[in-house]
Amino acid sequence: MKSLEDLKKLREQALKKVEMREGGKDYRVVVGMATCGIAAGARPVLNKLVEETANNNYNCTITQTGCIGMCVYEPIVEVFDKNEGHTTYVHVDPDKAIKILEEHIGKGNIVEEYTVEAARKNEGK
Amino acid sequence: MMEDLAMHIIEILMNSIAAGASKILLKIKNSIKEDIIEISVEDNGKGMNEETAKKAASPFSTSRKTRKIGMGLAFLKGLCDSCNGIFEISSEEGIGTKVKASIQKSHIDTPELGDIGEICMSSIQANEDLDFTLEYNNDKESFIFSSNEIKKELDGVSLIEPEILLWIKDYINQGIKQAEEDNV
Ligand SMILES: Nc1ncnc2c1ncn2[C@@H]1O[C@H](COP(=O)(O)OP(=O)(O)OP(=O)(O)O)[C@@H](O)[C@H]1O
Ligand SMILES: [Mg+2]
Repeated sequence: MKSLEDLKKLREQALKKVEMREGGKDYRVVVGMATCGIAAGARPVLNKLVEETANNNYNCTITQTGCIGMCVYEPIVEVFDKNEGHTTYVHVDPDKAIKILEEHIGKGNIVEEYTVEAARKNEGK
Repeated sequence: MMEDLAMHIIEILMNSIAAGASKILLKIKNSIKEDIIEISVEDNGKGMNEETAKKAASPFSTSRKTRKIGMGLAFLKGLCDSCNGIFEISSEEGIGTKVKASIQKSHIDTPELGDIGEICMSSIQANEDLDFTLEYNNDKESFIFSSNEIKKELDGVSLIEPEILLWIKDYINQGIKQAEEDNV
């Protein structure tokens, strides 16, 4: 049972984490949630990102955006780092979402094979 | 693709968010007695003029620039048509919009409700300043969720912390489940 008591506990935990992590989070993970994204499967991706980030304490916020204008590549997940460096991951599913969190957010390694550049290269050949 | 009602509702919620709403009221009435599922979304977004509102539910009507057709409202209208339902939209420019769909609960084509907690969570996550209220009613019970109340409870901690979002989703689904269990 989820109760308001739990919420108080979560609040305490969140405050502690904020204290430990001065200067905000290192990454911003953005999911495209327009109709094109949702129809392509962005909902389970967003859910997985929220769940995994909560459970593994990844150093990122998860946010949403509307149509990114590349509907054929949805679901799209963009990762921004603190220096506004920016990676676009395409055709993301829940499993890929886990890998992106593990590798990119957890270790700082871009998962090249899921990027839009890799997808475009594949189309070209 | 549109396998449950939640899928339709999130489209309507996302429209409200895209329209710049700072306040959204989602009402769901799930009544066996009246054999009806009634869903309404009311927002204080930028609204539409009469002409746009009239055309909004046709599949070729969109104000988006990235793609020529909008589907969210057209799908919901289609659902109402095929489930012996009524689709209504009213809007006033600068004031807000209300979209309402009433469908026959026992109709063979009426889909499951789906994960309501999740779509509420997604809406809150889309705009953490959003004043979001869910009112769920069946014949006997009601469950109300207000993001502002939670915000007060959190006192300075953001609603869009992943842990908090997960709690919101589960809390809402649990509230709905409880209301359904107590309804029999
Ligand atoms: N709550 C609202 N407030 C203001 N305008 C709205 C609202 N809901 C819909 N509209 C208008 O109606 C149009 C059609 O909406 P609809 O959801 O069917 O398509 P869309 O949002 O444009 O595209 P899609 O949903 O396919 O991404 C929108 O482009 C917008 O102009
Ligand atoms: Mg829409």
